[in-house]
Amino acid sequence: MSVEVQKRNPIENFVASAESVCELNQNIKLKEIQLLAKNNLLNSQFPTLKTEEWKYTNLKKLLSYDFANSSSMEKVVVSNNEIDKLKSSSFDSHLLVFVNGIFEKELSDYSELSNQIFISTISEAFESDNELVKKYFSKISMENTSFDFLNLSNFVGGLFIHIPKNVVIEKPIQILNITGNAGDISFSSSRNLIIADENSESTFVQKHVGLKGEIYFNNISTEIYVEKNGILNFYNLQLDNDDSYHFEKTDVIQNRDSQFHHYNFTFGGKLVRNDINAKLDAENIECTLNGLYIANDNQHIDNSTFIDHAKPHSTSNQLYKGILDDSSHGVFAGKILVARDAQLTNAYQNSNTILLSKEAKVDTKPQLEIYADDVKCTHGATVGQLDESALFYILSRGIPREKAKSMLIAAFAESVLSDLKIDALKNEISHLIFEHLNRDEIL
Amino acid sequence: MEVASGKSEKSLSDEKLINEFTDSEYKWGFVTDIESDDFAKGLSEDVVRKISAIKKEPEWMTEYRVKAYKHWLTLKEPKWPNVKYPEIDFQDIRYYSAPKKQPQLESLDEVDPELLRTFEKLGIPIEEQKKFANVAVDAVFDSVSVKTTFQATLKEKGIIFSPLSEALKEHPELVKEYFGSVVPYTDNFYASLNAAVFSEGSFVYIPKGVRCPMELSTYFRINAMDTGQFERTLVIADEGAYVSYLEGCTAPMRDNNQLHAAVVELVAKKDAEIKYSTVQNWYPGDKDGKGGIYNFVTKRGVCDGDNSKISWTQVETGSAITWKYPSTILKGDNSVGEFYSVAVTNNFQQADTGTKMIHLGKNTKSTIVSKGISAGRSNNSYRGLVKIGKNADGARNYSQCDSMLMSDKCGAHTFPYLEIDNNNSTVEHEATTSKVSEDQIFYLNQRGISTEDAVNLIVNGFCKEVFKQLPMEFAVEATKLLALSLEGSVG
Repeated sequence: MSVEVQKRNPIENFVASAESVCELNQNIKLKEIQLLAKNNLLNSQFPTLKTEEWKYTNLKKLLSYDFANSSSMEKVVVSNNEIDKLKSSSFDSHLLVFVNGIFEKELSDYSELSNQIFISTISEAFESDNELVKKYFSKISMENTSFDFLNLSNFVGGLFIHIPKNVVIEKPIQILNITGNAGDISFSSSRNLIIADENSESTFVQKHVGLKGEIYFNNISTEIYVEKNGILNFYNLQLDNDDSYHFEKTDVIQNRDSQFHHYNFTFGGKLVRNDINAKLDAENIECTLNGLYIANDNQHIDNSTFIDHAKPHSTSNQLYKGILDDSSHGVFAGKILVARDAQLTNAYQNSNTILLSKEAKVDTKPQLEIYADDVKCTHGATVGQLDESALFYILSRGIPREKAKSMLIAAFAESVLSDLKIDALKNEISHLIFEHLNRDEIL
Repeated sequence: MEVASGKSEKSLSDEKLINEFTDSEYKWGFVTDIESDDFAKGLSEDVVRKISAIKKEPEWMTEYRVKAYKHWLTLKEPKWPNVKYPEIDFQDIRYYSAPKKQPQLESLDEVDPELLRTFEKLGIPIEEQKKFANVAVDAVFDSVSVKTTFQATLKEKGIIFSPLSEALKEHPELVKEYFGSVVPYTDNFYASLNAAVFSEGSFVYIPKGVRCPMELSTYFRINAMDTGQFERTLVIADEGAYVSYLEGCTAPMRDNNQLHAAVVELVAKKDAEIKYSTVQNWYPGDKDGKGGIYNFVTKRGVCDGDNSKISWTQVETGSAITWKYPSTILKGDNSVGEFYSVAVTNNFQQADTGTKMIHLGKNTKSTIVSKGISAGRSNNSYRGLVKIGKNADGARNYSQCDSMLMSDKCGAHTFPYLEIDNNNSTVEHEATTSKVSEDQIFYLNQRGISTEDAVNLIVNGFCKEVFKQLPMEFAVEATKLLALSLEGSVG
């Protein structure tokens, strides 16, 4: 007689919370989508170390928690004062505030913006039968994982942002994503859909910050469409709590002559997974996916990018840099796919990592899959420590060792920072790098 | 307008060239008509024991085979490589075949003349080498060694270079010590299968401080119909020894896919160096992708002692599917691992090949240079792992994988894995993908060089870094092979 040990399935917990989310949902169409996602979630499995895309990231700890959906918990009150402290205020911006995955209209400041572009929550957009939302929402499915289903089935208050044709927004749009302090261990699913229409131009700064309190799990999804000749800059700054879990997926589809520039700065989180997928679905597209991640203690930061060159004559650039201290663990997996038709593609990918301590660890997996012959594709990856000879050169000029090291770190980060269009943000990030590494900033 | 029309004319002539060359038939395909002493198809414990009995192996080897077979039964065929092929029916393979006449001969005169003609057609220069070259040849025909030369010279130095079955009889203690020590029977599906049913192989032992005076070489051949060939090579270089080992092969034309699952193990002791070169030109299948050899090989070397070195060089132009990763475990401090590879795929060939460099010792160094060329409708993947262990202070790796695409229907892929556990090490990886550019061809045309020669020149230049690692005789053969497989295919 064998006794079957009842194994706890972490999916069930999330499915249960999805059920209550779906139940509360008023809109039939959205409810349909969420119910489908819930079923997909139920039939899916969380990736393990044996899943090729997740082979360096162990989810065991994350899945051992019974997270509750923060939307079902008591609402966290954040004062305007706190918002002022949490947001990036060094530059002028339109402000959109999310607290635990839900858009907070009262805390946001975008009156000027709403004259230029269309902003509403996704459920409101469905309610008003918005054609664009119906057409585009949750339609990008490059490689759906259980985390996508988890997000889609559990999200409550995401935003739909439509930048109409020919609209150029001068000021950056700041999305402030505040998570935490829900009262118990909780998870939040925030989900945004951004459509940058023809000839539009806009810059987003998304900032993730954590409130003190219990451990939380942030599961974020952003879908972006950049239409013909549109330009969209997206700067993502992640400063979550040290004991939090941050999973973020950004999916982009670009139309012809468009430009998309994504910069990902990761500082916070105990276990972080960033997925950025771009599909270059027409000709003459420019796509940049750059990133800088700074880790200390036992942080685990996993960056995964995928660029799908589906049509000819486009260019993509990737530069991911990591600085790993203490016993942190970094992962970079970048994949470039060049389809058979995508002749005259230029695709460049570079990944550099510096290990500052003996216990730090990095796994890199750059991949090229190329089916067209008239292309220029390269990737490079380096892992090392601060350059000894460069260090020696500075030391020999009478500069103390620690300062010399800081100078080299600043120089290492500079190549990602230098392209940022907002100077104040550049300074802010540069400052954060040294703060995070516990070093004096060199000025 | 003129420019445009000129270009299309040019690409037309290019297409003609491509067709000419991709249509070129496998020149070395033929079947030798020798009666074979074959087993019936199928695999069971009985078959494993029977192979062992035929080879008059000691008890422990029989048990080893059986253990491996039992382990193999528990394994599933791996599916992760980037290759596609119909399911292999392992019961539809004949696991042992030997030429009926098994000559124990001293001179070539006693060899079956049919066999000699085969070698001649293949261009294996046994006689020529005996006379001119400084090479000892151990030609393996199907599963049993036929001819071993230069034994005397090697014996003088104390070098053992013999078929594995012979080594088992004469040096059982050496074989027992090292056999399966680098690639255990539990390693993977095909290594397990090989350990159970391996038919023959080569054994090399270089004693302490001895520099092997000649390049050791084996020619593998697959001949009898439907016979999987399971070779086993074991090379041991004791302290301070040096050996250069060459392996090369061609196979007759066939319609049935033939499985080849060999295992190669290298052990380099303190201060020892092993250079292992391969030229592989098995039957790749016809231009519609029919037939061809499946080449699923496990090759691994261990730099066991300090300051040891293992260098792999491979030129892969044949086989319908090539799937292998010659690896080096850098265990000793200051040990060095090298991997130089040219992999060419044409028509419907598929290759998933690369290397693994496992750095465990301090100040270990590894270099990876991989050149992939794809033409026709083929797919060519580089897959490699560089792992720097926690204690591998001062480890250094440099990898470069370049791919060249020759048609718009082929694919080139790179899957490098870098796993770094030590901050005192430096790892660099670079990969590029490109095609033979029209500018380069135009430049050479302008100087009176035909397009065909120009492409040959460019491709040879692309591969030069690897070819220069090959011993002289092989470099010549490799250049020929490359020209045969690709010459003129401008995409």
